[in-house]
Amino acid sequence: MTTLQRTSLYEAHAKAGAKLIDFGGWEMPVQYSGILDEHRAVRTKAGLFDVSHMGEIDVQGPGAEGMVNMLICNDAAKLADGQILYSPMCNHEGGIVDDLLVYRYSQEHFLLVVNASNTAKDFAWVIQLAPKYDVQVNNISAQTAQLALQGPLAERILQPLTDIDLSRIQYYWFDNGKVAGVNCLISRTGYTGEDGFELYFEPQFAVNLWEEVLAAGKEDGAQPIGLGARDTLRFEACLPLYGNELGDNISPLEAGLGIFVKLDKPDFIGKKALAVQKGASVPRKLIGFEMIERGIPRSHYPLAVSGREIGFVTSGSFSPTLQKNIGLGLIEAKEAETGKEIEVVVRGKGVKAKIISKPFYKRGK
Amino acid sequence: MNPTNLKYTKEHEWIKVEGTKAVIGITDHAQHALGDVVFVELPTVGDDLEIDKPFGVAESVKAVSDIYAPISGTVAAINEALLDAPETVNKDAFGEGWMVEIELSNPAELDNLLDAVQYEALLAEEEGVK
Repeated sequence: MTTLQRTSLYEAHAKAGAKLIDFGGWEMPVQYSGILDEHRAVRTKAGLFDVSHMGEIDVQGPGAEGMVNMLICNDAAKLADGQILYSPMCNHEGGIVDDLLVYRYSQEHFLLVVNASNTAKDFAWVIQLAPKYDVQVNNISAQTAQLALQGPLAERILQPLTDIDLSRIQYYWFDNGKVAGVNCLISRTGYTGEDGFELYFEPQFAVNLWEEVLAAGKEDGAQPIGLGARDTLRFEACLPLYGNELGDNISPLEAGLGIFVKLDKPDFIGKKALAVQKGASVPRKLIGFEMIERGIPRSHYPLAVSGREIGFVTSGSFSPTLQKNIGLGLIEAKEAETGKEIEVVVRGKGVKAKIISKPFYKRGK
Repeated sequence: MNPTNLKYTKEHEWIKVEGTKAVIGITDHAQHALGDVVFVELPTVGDDLEIDKPFGVAESVKAVSDIYAPISGTVAAINEALLDAPETVNKDAFGEGWMVEIELSNPAELDNLLDAVQYEALLAEEEGVK
């Protein structure tokens, strides 16, 4: 039995009364005050997440842009310096190895931010390509801590602590600055569907930064948020989760990520397979649905139409914002019609649901 | 903390015996461990409950938990209010959060239940193991 990894904020979480769980080999807070309370705090005020378990891979050298662009479906050559993109990263069959954010410092310097549960796998995947390019690739996850402050009041709370003008950082852009005196990469990104920032910095400053941001946000009602609410927040916004909506036998075209797949750019891993799939017809489609009868859809529950199994639930939950039970599912593409009635098989019984459009939740302007 | 007029099980259910009838729910410890309860599935009036077998489900945001019958009997009433307000289980596990009322079919099973002192000892032991 291997021991679980801990971020530099473990003690702070324990002290705050967090319920700690095993998340992909990390001992992480699933909740503090409660998932529903934390979810609402992020939607209406602000919440602070410890996301230091995420992985960071640094790519530098003359071949950096070329290699990154070979790895991802989206187009890193279209990024300006200081800009970020989201992309699936595919295998040769067009399945998904991981989904990630790509930060462009310059044509010769990129930062890849990957899922915590896939860090080792992704690094091995990236490294095997490196010899073909003039690059240095480093897994800097252990040297990088990360906090996310998310919610409509995030900028208001963070600005007094920050020495740069946050209003100049647009969505999916980043800059370097000092937050509470700590050097940070500051990006306007997040995984909640709200406005907010992600801060990357050296782990020795984690506790200090955590306490400073929470203190600064106290009057505005900012609170620490666990992974439980992180999941309900991203799910309402229909942001995919690797292992649920994405996997090595699910293509980005099936998962509704077609806008991030640039088939008109030069070759990339999976391009051939995806071009074939796009040309023929995409076999499955990710749909959103709401329950009509009583029941909560959960990952892996079968989905059926007139008793015939057509797919499965990828993520499902009670939605705190919408106050109803909703789900995402991967089904036969020909059955994917908005308004169609389907069944979710819950504990052996078919429970009625209806396909609805996505996203379930979109923040107001 | 745990009412002394109730009996308890290892699976964190409570039972209030009233003659040949009994009311069943889950303890405050159980609701706290579950987190926010967002869905409760209860049996139908007339269903037979068998001791130690699941008779219902309490779903939290993250998980589905079976609720086990502390003793055998026939369902005489269910707490329908929980169907629309499952959070009542969190707010008042020992009172308004009651789940089913049954007619006992085998009162001898009552002897195997824990009293409040024994239940609290069980909780202390579970805490210590962590």
